[in-house]
Amino acid sequence: MQQLLNGIFLGSIYALFAIGFTLVFGVLDRLNLAHSAVFSTSAFVGIELVTRAGLSIWVTLPIIFVFGGVLGLVIERVAFRPLKDRHDAHFAGLISSIALGAMFLALLQAVFGPDTRRFPPDAFPRQRIEFAGSTVSVLQLVIVAVAFALMVGLTLMVSRSRLGRGMRAVAENPHAARVLGIDVDRITALTFALSTALGGVAGVLFALNVNSAQISMGTSIELKGLAVIIVGGLGSLPGAMLGGLIVGLAEVFAVAYVGSSWRDVIAFGLLFAILLLRPQGIFGARKVREI
Amino acid sequence: MRRLTGSIAGAAVLALALSACGSGDSTTTGGGGDTSALKGTGTGDTCKITTPVPIGAVFSLTGAAASYGESQKKGLELATEELKTMGGVTYDVKIEDDATDPQQGIAVFERFVTKDKKSLIIGPTLSNTAKQTDPIAQEGKTPVLAVSNTAAGITEIGDYIFRDSLTEGAVIPQTVDAAKAKFGLSKVVVMYSNDDAFTESGYQAFKAALDKSGVTITKTITFAKSDTNFRAQLTEAKGAAPEALIVSALIEAAVPLVTQARELGITVPIIGGNGFNSPKLMAGAGKSADGVVVGAAWNSASSGPENEAFLTAYRAKYSADPDQFAAQAYTGLKLVDAAVRAGCSGEREDIKTHLAELKDVPTALGKFTMTATRDADTPAVVQVVEGGKFAVLK
Repeated sequence: MQQLLNGIFLGSIYALFAIGFTLVFGVLDRLNLAHSAVFSTSAFVGIELVTRAGLSIWVTLPIIFVFGGVLGLVIERVAFRPLKDRHDAHFAGLISSIALGAMFLALLQAVFGPDTRRFPPDAFPRQRIEFAGSTVSVLQLVIVAVAFALMVGLTLMVSRSRLGRGMRAVAENPHAARVLGIDVDRITALTFALSTALGGVAGVLFALNVNSAQISMGTSIELKGLAVIIVGGLGSLPGAMLGGLIVGLAEVFAVAYVGSSWRDVIAFGLLFAILLLRPQGIFGARKVREI
Repeated sequence: MRRLTGSIAGAAVLALALSACGSGDSTTTGGGGDTSALKGTGTGDTCKITTPVPIGAVFSLTGAAASYGESQKKGLELATEELKTMGGVTYDVKIEDDATDPQQGIAVFERFVTKDKKSLIIGPTLSNTAKQTDPIAQEGKTPVLAVSNTAAGITEIGDYIFRDSLTEGAVIPQTVDAAKAKFGLSKVVVMYSNDDAFTESGYQAFKAALDKSGVTITKTITFAKSDTNFRAQLTEAKGAAPEALIVSALIEAAVPLVTQARELGITVPIIGGNGFNSPKLMAGAGKSADGVVVGAAWNSASSGPENEAFLTAYRAKYSADPDQFAAQAYTGLKLVDAAVRAGCSGEREDIKTHLAELKDVPTALGKFTMTATRDADTPAVVQVVEGGKFAVLK
């Protein structure tokens, strides 16, 4: 029971990270590998806001949402837009986003140094709730609630709102969308901003959850994030949600029932199994845009 | 920003050091090559050597390990002053910076060994650097006394390499014995990161010590050194209902691990390896750190007249409390002095012979004996965190 909860908490953070990842991929057919740098940067900036400026975590989260969004605009402007008319824009963007991500991390190290940083111990009440023999902290419940609220909100927005309609049109065919009078550049920029805003919030929640933030924290979750969106189906929002939970649970149960040394073998073995059995992922559909 | 100015300052220091070594070489006199001057008359306290014994020290005064190097420098300077007032034998101690860079460490070692002809070299700060610099001294038949290296394979470099810093392999059995006596342990869970040589060797030492003292390991759980989420592993550990949790991890993993263990309701003592021996543990884990047990080579609360004298003198000179690095560097020069006086000679070969024979020397680290493998044999201090501070486990 405790392990089930552990898996859900871990998985919901993976899902929040992956959902931003998959949004850009689904709408724009681009893989933004600077996403993990946004994750780390936001965690460090969040810690700075709470520690130095003395802001409460409830004020910090919306600020980080905006901050992450701004980083997304920068990434789109610097790493993707100049390359968008190249015939190999897909790979060029992927590579330039790795470069930009590395620059973010280098800046981060120049400003904050290489040390591990953390939120002050009283940044969030460390209350615990005993529930059916398991221990849950209020913080973990809040993390799951925030993660799910953002995911549901995003899904609704994509399916119902005007901006969402624009995104789906761009996903279908950017040229046709432009002919129909949709501002493709604006939609593209907004998609990036939304995606990294979620990545930024995920970074802060992760740092709170494990009481530790390192420059390299994004790199380890990036690989998990890629696994999540492949398991769930590339570009699918519900797929990323479910994929996050599956990868989180797989890791936890690998530790519980197989052995701690086998964790990554199990988690990534699952990835291969799904690729073999259902190459399009759980929610993915072949040759059809999801969003 | 601070880091930036720091590195500019570091570069400036480096430039100065380089220009200094370019200009100062013509005045070098005496040294290990000048046989007659370094031999004295009398023995022990009555020993008299007219020429100051040339000692070189290599510490990381800038770069990543600068905070350790700074402590070492202070400890060494204090010891030099005290020995000067004692009389009979004086030491010409030259402290150089390796900038936490093995390449620069090699350059300084080469100069100390061949050009400056130092009788002995103290340092370097990091084991990683020592593995590259110490072979130079071994080749040049210059004794080295390591005062902070704890990795395995340092003294194995050769018979000229000594150390006064206790290795993890020496601290851990004493920690296990003390914890077993205090908490009456019979079954424990062991956790360690299995992708790091340092924590892996810590695990091996824990396992051997636990087996020897008859404590059962009910479960062994591994994780990766970059992990920060340990809830799955800790839930497994909790399920085994251990009387203590034994963890070999670096400080980066130790803080989240301890925090999450307490969150999950694991209240038993957590016994850590050398990685836990840092004030960062209490700074990062806060109240959760209470009940963590760590062995160390030195603690300010350890008793003994030599340690009390060291504490008083250090506080008077620097108006601050010393740490383990200062204590080990301070003790280092005192040990060199003991070896020099034993043979009443400041020559390389004589220092080497008598360093190897040190036995039951009273020091700030406790009674010091040099083992047959040129490693330190001193009592470890087993500490427990109480109210956010390290206290001696009694």
